[in-house]
Amino acid sequence: MESVRIPILKIDDVLIASIQQTLHDASAVQFKDDLLQKIYDTKARGLIIDLTASDIIDSFIGRLISDIAAMAGLMGTRVVITGLQPAVAITLVELGLELRGVSTALNLEKGLAALRRQVEESRDGAE
Amino acid sequence: MGQSKAAVIRSDLDIVIARTLARDMARALGFGAIDQARIATAVSELARNIFLYAGSGSVTVREIEKNGRRGLEVVCEDQGPGIPDIDLVMQDGYSTSRGMGMGLPGAKRLMDDFLIDSRDGEGTIITCRKWRL
Repeated sequence: MESVRIPILKIDDVLIASIQQTLHDASAVQFKDDLLQKIYDTKARGLIIDLTASDIIDSFIGRLISDIAAMAGLMGTRVVITGLQPAVAITLVELGLELRGVSTALNLEKGLAALRRQVEESRDGAE
Repeated sequence: MGQSKAAVIRSDLDIVIARTLARDMARALGFGAIDQARIATAVSELARNIFLYAGSGSVTVREIEKNGRRGLEVVCEDQGPGIPDIDLVMQDGYSTSRGMGMGLPGAKRLMDDFLIDSRDGEGTIITCRKWRL
């Protein structure tokens, strides 16, 4: 089976990827690789992963999201996760996966605002 | 007699099939959105364990009833190497492969009943249940 490719959109210096379909393990790993390459190619300052349409996040995907945030961070890109459904937040914590160190926001709009602030702060700090 | 459905686990695609099966049955049995997510997530963890540690196996979900309460039972079966030390793998953070320490204790927390029957070199049967409130 062909792996599902998730579209990665770019607005100014922010990348946005919305997970709309069920990811099996191989397509999830493909998604991680695609994202990191796209960050490198576009020199994006921020990345939003929107999970509004995800009704299940197991330990594999949860860990992958933590990894993406850590890896993008190493490349100098801020990551915000948006749109976690209540059921997903509950199961993640009960699983013992609290996505520590990963910034989250209620929705895409708030995530974009938070990211813009963080990017601005890091820009100020670098000057 | 309640309905019963099974999925064969042979690849990572089958993990998705098994958890979709479980979620669909949970929904049909009247479980709410959060319990549906708990059941689907637990099945995802258990099916992935089968794939990673045993290579292949099966996941069966069925409707159950006890003392007037309805519920859903998940039976995960494989003929893999078995679990030599169950207490050890039930510790949070324990991991033998690819950092999968969360699998069993996490799945147990998401379900109500959780039983492991494992024989060295013969395989493992994990039975777990979720009851309707």
